[in-house]
Amino acid sequence: MTKLTFIAHDGTHFDVDAENGSTVMENAIRNAVPGIEAECGGACACATCHVYVDEAWTAEVGEPEAMEEDMLDFAYDVQPNSRLSCQIKVRDALDGLVVRVPARQG
Amino acid sequence: MTDIIRTDVLIVGAGPVGLFAVFELGLFDMKCHLIDILDRPGGQCAELYPEKPIYDIPGWPSISAQGLVDRLLEQIAPFKPDFTFNRMVSSLEKLEDGSFRVITDENEVFEAKVVVIAAGGGSFQPKRPPIPGIEPYEGKSVFYSVRRMEEFRGHDLVIVGGGDSALDWTLNLQPVAKSVTLVHRRPEFRAAPDSVNKMYAMQEMKELDFQVGQVTGLTGTDGHLSAATIKGPDGDTEVPCTRLLPFFGLTMKLGPIAEWGLNLHENLIPVDTEKFQTSVPGIFAVGDINWYPGKLKLILSGFHEVALMAQAAKRIVSPGERIVFQYTTSSTSLQKKLGVAG
Ligand SMILES: Cc1cc2nc3c(=O)[nH]c(=O)nc-3n(C[C@H](O)[C@H](O)[C@H](O)COP(=O)(O)OP(=O)(O)OC[C@H]3O[C@@H](n4cnc5c(N)ncnc54)[C@H](O)[C@@H]3O)c2cc1C
Ligand code: FES
Repeated sequence: MTKLTFIAHDGTHFDVDAENGSTVMENAIRNAVPGIEAECGGACACATCHVYVDEAWTAEVGEPEAMEEDMLDFAYDVQPNSRLSCQIKVRDALDGLVVRVPARQG
Repeated sequence: MTDIIRTDVLIVGAGPVGLFAVFELGLFDMKCHLIDILDRPGGQCAELYPEKPIYDIPGWPSISAQGLVDRLLEQIAPFKPDFTFNRMVSSLEKLEDGSFRVITDENEVFEAKVVVIAAGGGSFQPKRPPIPGIEPYEGKSVFYSVRRMEEFRGHDLVIVGGGDSALDWTLNLQPVAKSVTLVHRRPEFRAAPDSVNKMYAMQEMKELDFQVGQVTGLTGTDGHLSAATIKGPDGDTEVPCTRLLPFFGLTMKLGPIAEWGLNLHENLIPVDTEKFQTSVPGIFAVGDINWYPGKLKLILSGFHEVALMAQAAKRIVSPGERIVFQYTTSSTSLQKKLGVAG
């Protein structure tokens, strides 16, 4: 199991055990992390699963692909460390990953 | 008064389920007219995920969403459906003779014996961009579409977005506006490369201004805009402007369906599972828009629903006519309709 931490906009921490191969978004939904809406169910078609990747993790998580960049255009207050959480797959190397939930989704 | 367009069945929504309804209704000789607010058929499949593969269409281990739409269009072509695009169905009323009158947002009038609501998640409408405090400006200085270019003549214009709509309107409105500033989060665009090149060329000539950034605030009084705050890589800048055109894609909203006098259940239309008829006889609801115990929002469920609905619709369109159950494989009369009879 890989450990993930979501920090909700109000500062609440959600520590969850994630299965490798699942997406970060799926783990947020399964654990009812507030502020992740994921309207399109992970198809990279809605930009309502936007998160900020903790600075310590941006290199390991990597850059969004072109389609995700296109979708990020629709998100609110996009930062250099913004990602759509449905496009991040959980793997061993992400054990301990911290992501923050933005003030709003779109 | 405009001419009334008459048809057997008026279908609200040209998503996959509305399209397949044409097939099932066509087998029973009913002529269909579809209306959709989008500019092309396919609903969610065409607008939200055209290139993604779908894995649960029976008989297709994998098919792209646009591929499915193309096949459906091919499959229904023998029935020559009529389409009206770029129109929202705004009203629906039952006439004294039991038929229905449908009116669009451009006041076209349709009359049909049966109405099939295949409206999915509702009408596709422009998404409100994530700019705090934008509401009071909407309709006064913030517009989500351009109906008449003249309305922008002489204005200082800020256009936001990186897709085709944003780039096309940047290029088209530049000659009429006093000034145009295009704002996009990054220097890469989703829009056609040709428009992007034209935009950069105009920027070279100082005919417009392109800024990398995000609009984070608006300034003005009583809905009259005077400036937009743009957060760029080097901090905030204020751009004076009197009109803002944000293009942030489309989202689905139930829209006028709520005002048609139908029973609703959490923004969905309850139907029976024999005919998929609504609380008003003669009005059916199929696909994502309907609700019944056990409903699944799947394309294949919608396909099943239209097959049963077509039987009930036939009884209304041709009362008294006997309905014969036939297979397309073996019925020569069905094959004639499909244009495949030997
Ligand atoms: C990313 C994503 C992936 C999906 N993957 C699958 C999958 O793998 N398998 C599957 O079975 N399903 C999938 N779905 C769901 C599937 O797309 C829907 O079930 C299907 O599109 C429903 O079809 P529909 O014809 O009922 O409605 P829609 O496709 O929603 O079409 C309805 C149309 O009606 C129009 N409309 C509504 N109201 C009005 C009005 N008043 N006037 C004019 N036009 C109007 C809308 O503009 C729209 O074009 C997916 C959906 C999404 C978003
Ligand atoms: S869930 Fe829709 S883009 Fe991630």
